[in-house]
Amino acid sequence: MIINGVAIEDTFAEAFGMKATRLVITADTAEWAWNAGNSMTGFATSVIACGCEASIERRLLPEETPDGRPGVSVMIFSMSTKDLQKQVGDRVGQCVLTAAGSACFSGMDGGDPLKLGALLRYFGDGFQIAKKFGDRRYWRIPVMDGEFVCEHTVGTAKGIGGGNFLILAASRAAALAATEKAVTAIRTVPNVILPFPGGMVRSGSKIGAKYKGLIASTNNAYCPTLKGQTETALPPEVESVLEVVIDGLTAEDIAAAMRAGITAACELGAANGVLRITAGNYGGKLGKFLFHLRELMA
Amino acid sequence: MSGLALTLRDPPRQRLDLSPLTPDRLAGLDEAAIAAIELISGNQRLRVGDLFAIAIGDPADLSIRNACDKLDFIGRAMTDGTITVEGDAGAYVGLGLRGGRIHVRGGVGPWAGAEMHRGVIEIDGDAGDFTAGAVPGETKGMRGGLVIVRGNAGHRAGDRMRRGILVIEGSVGSHAGSRMIAGTVAVLGAAVGPYPGFGMKRGSLILSSAPERPSPTFADCGAHDLGFLKLLPQAVGDRSSRLAELWAMPPRVRRFAGDLAAGGMGEILIRRI
Repeated sequence: MIINGVAIEDTFAEAFGMKATRLVITADTAEWAWNAGNSMTGFATSVIACGCEASIERRLLPEETPDGRPGVSVMIFSMSTKDLQKQVGDRVGQCVLTAAGSACFSGMDGGDPLKLGALLRYFGDGFQIAKKFGDRRYWRIPVMDGEFVCEHTVGTAKGIGGGNFLILAASRAAALAATEKAVTAIRTVPNVILPFPGGMVRSGSKIGAKYKGLIASTNNAYCPTLKGQTETALPPEVESVLEVVIDGLTAEDIAAAMRAGITAACELGAANGVLRITAGNYGGKLGKFLFHLRELMA
Repeated sequence: MSGLALTLRDPPRQRLDLSPLTPDRLAGLDEAAIAAIELISGNQRLRVGDLFAIAIGDPADLSIRNACDKLDFIGRAMTDGTITVEGDAGAYVGLGLRGGRIHVRGGVGPWAGAEMHRGVIEIDGDAGDFTAGAVPGETKGMRGGLVIVRGNAGHRAGDRMRRGILVIEGSVGSHAGSRMIAGTVAVLGAAVGPYPGFGMKRGSLILSSAPERPSPTFADCGAHDLGFLKLLPQAVGDRSSRLAELWAMPPRVRRFAGDLAAGGMGEILIRRI
């Protein structure tokens, strides 16, 4: 399969089941909502070492938020409800509670509820106030710039982590330009996040290493500087590779995101140095969800 | 299928207890069975068929027409469905309500919404004393749900309220929110009687205007923008256009913590002072 001169390899991305939640963070300005969301999703690229994968899903207009202020929607993925609870409590406590003028609401109903204000209320040291409006319970926690309003719990859902594709290009500049275009396109797709910096990752990994105790190491088959030194997966004309990793709520969401990203990258075409699209997998034996590139792009 | 309509033929001489006439209790009954239901009026037992003209229909949408202020206990402990009262209602409208909606197109007597747990009561006219309060001997008033009074309310609205929302679009009498345990009372009218929040332990009493005589046992905590106030209209929905109008403005209030004679964890929030 070739799209605009870009070869789509006959392979698939392999993804895993995760637990997911979504928070709505608001503040006095869009910038301050972004500051809070950006801080709480920092150091959350991979569950391997970060405990969760998280990112801002999108900006929210005032009419889309519970308190009528500008906000951001944040999604967090982890391997279990217990892990997710730990991450949500720590991250909201350290990064949203502390952000000037912020408030934090549930962005998802259903599933096993995670404690949100139910945990953070104790920071109020007895001066916190519970408010139940309709079916929703909020906590008002006094802080130095006024009050931090926080919903009592947030819902959870099953999610999928590890959807991916790799863009193989003729130069580092071409790889970056194509991947940036793919990331921009994916960020318009709902229910997905791109947890790595700028939405892409350059250090794709393989399982294991020559060193004891190291569970993952550089994916030398895709390192262009090792083309003549190791068993490579790269054709001679490829000089740079970048990967897009996608977490989403459903397989359909991830498929839509992969399709949008690959389409956007292919629009630049071979004329702009975009040569091939491939995907990372473990032979289909580890992940429950397989996304075949050619089926997606058919 | 249109709703079941009960039209009062003549105002009763004594007060009339309408507890048995709720959508959940009338479900599955035919006209004869409904007509045979006994209602207590003073020391007498009267049949529904003798008091009301019955137009059979879906009991989940019950109308009580030509109503008057001697009809007590409308919607008592009902769990589901809708009651629309065309005219005034007596005391204890929606006492212990568990769900559903009661809409009174006129005014109501005392203890409307007392001890209710869930559901919605809308009162287009004025409400008597102890709206959403506790009847004598009970330790808790309203425990959940929503009451909207579009007119004025009497004394001690929200007495011993435990949870839920009471919105009074008009003015309120003395001691609003007395002995409140928790919950939210919003008074949007221009006049607030003396000593609001008397003996309140927790809860929020939100006033559009300063009270006639504030209680000395509340501590001034200054003026603030409290973002949680923006969440209140959402819970009320489109049932109170006045609340939505008011809350379109910045949520700036002056906060008074109290009643310091009862723990002091409650608050009175005044929008204009």
